[in-house]
Amino acid sequence: MIEFDNVHKQYSDGTQAVNGLSFEVEEGTTTVLVGPSGCGKTTTMQLVNRLEEPTEGTVYYDGTDIQELPATELRRQIGYVIQDIGLFDHMTIAENVATVPELKGWDDDRTDERVDELLDLMGLPPEEYRDSYPGELSGGQQQRVGVARALAAGPDVMLMDEPFGALDPITRENLQDEFLDIQEEIDTTIIFVTHDINEALKMGDKIAMMNDGELVQYDTPSAMLEAPATKFVEDFIGPDRTLKQLRVLQVSEIMRTDVPNEHRDVVEAFDPADTVMADGGELIPVTPSDSAQVALSRCIQAGVRALPVVEDATVIGVVTEEDIRSYHADEIEAASE
Amino acid sequence: MSDLISLLAETWAYLLANSARFFELLREHLTLVFVSEALAIIVAVPLGIAATRNDRVNSIVSGFGNVAQTVPTLAIIALAFPILGLGFLPSVVGLFAYSLLPILTNTIAGIESVSDSTVDAARGMGMTDWEILRKVRLPLALPVIFAGIRTSVVLNVGSAYLAFFIGGGGLGVWVIGGIKLFSTTQLLAGAIPGALLAITLDGLLGLAQRRLGTETASDRTAAAA
Repeated sequence: MIEFDNVHKQYSDGTQAVNGLSFEVEEGTTTVLVGPSGCGKTTTMQLVNRLEEPTEGTVYYDGTDIQELPATELRRQIGYVIQDIGLFDHMTIAENVATVPELKGWDDDRTDERVDELLDLMGLPPEEYRDSYPGELSGGQQQRVGVARALAAGPDVMLMDEPFGALDPITRENLQDEFLDIQEEIDTTIIFVTHDINEALKMGDKIAMMNDGELVQYDTPSAMLEAPATKFVEDFIGPDRTLKQLRVLQVSEIMRTDVPNEHRDVVEAFDPADTVMADGGELIPVTPSDSAQVALSRCIQAGVRALPVVEDATVIGVVTEEDIRSYHADEIEAASE
Repeated sequence: MSDLISLLAETWAYLLANSARFFELLREHLTLVFVSEALAIIVAVPLGIAATRNDRVNSIVSGFGNVAQTVPTLAIIALAFPILGLGFLPSVVGLFAYSLLPILTNTIAGIESVSDSTVDAARGMGMTDWEILRKVRLPLALPVIFAGIRTSVVLNVGSAYLAFFIGGGGLGVWVIGGIKLFSTTQLLAGAIPGALLAITLDGLLGLAQRRLGTETASDRTAAAA
């Protein structure tokens, strides 16, 4: 979808922001550009919508050199969300969201319908928020509007520059989760910039780790955690790499659908309607999309060695503490071989 | 105290006795203010916009503006006189020159106060420079530009008294005439209506500005609370 071919970017003050970047962002995936401040990740993202122009090399959009596409037309095909949100304070929420449809000359009915649809999607009831102004909203709500505005004209590509970076941790976490759900619905190619490795691991299908304007490693989150390409990647991930691996590992990947005898009692004794155990503690089941980290944490909390995996109020299998531990041991063996 | 009351009573009597002349002077005064102010708005707003888009224009405009600010109004009017002669036109030119600066500086400040992130977002969504100016920068700068116009109008009402010196008419005729004739009543009959005029215009424009201000987020939040 988006391809960087030996792209260099040098600013007029001589700073080399991007140095020989080559990689391809696949259609329909979320690719996270991550790295320390000044690594060139934001510049890389802005090369896509021509807010920056490469000094050397080519960026392709759907196979076309973006230099051949008119900048404003290109930008109207690409959603853009920034950390500072940048809502237009003098316009209502509806007018803000309608910005790109209006630039594209959509008729009013189509625009209104689309605005309401997006406000619904972002959890802002249109009848309540349509005519509000940005100043009346909290930071989290404002960024919801920012995301809705970027999605308004159904862009093929979304660029998100630390979109949740200015929010408090709880709001950030909520918006990340919601955005993951929305992302499945909209199926757009997303380039997401962050300096937070945890956010990168959580949001990304692929992670492009950058340092000093160069691409250090381009991989899936689990592959990057299993085999950091360099010392830099390893350091950037941090000393709790194992725990992070558990965070990106989904229960569905390690659950057992045929329950081993030793854990049969866990499944049989479990009643989704009454999760309180005989000793007064609570056994909270996991879903297939929960992380192994959540499963392990709930095992420890409830003092059990296995947890039922529940989907649509039905037990579909178990995940055992032993499997979580040994999965990791297997990975380490595989990596060291 | 009783002296003051009797003085005001005399002034009132003077106004009643010369009401036809008073309205003529008031009309002249208002015409001077509105014509010069309208011209100043027409010139200063586009010039301010140009200054924010071009560094060269900006340095010329700010340099000129700062020098102009230090020249007394009377001097501007005196300078207009040898070139344009006496009467209405040179008075309007003098007042126009003096009204430009507050509008110009506020236009520049208003446009530059629009946050970079807002402009970044607009550009990133595919607005052209012209669309950014028209849909984002100008509407957001409007309350600040309007505040400049308000300041300029109030200054202008005061400066228009000096038009008398080059035959521009206005309430200055009574004020300066009153000084020369040692007629406090005549002086006050010219000065008090001018002061009231300035206060009234300031209040009206203030109201209008507040309505504009509610178009911006901070004021609206306060109003909604």
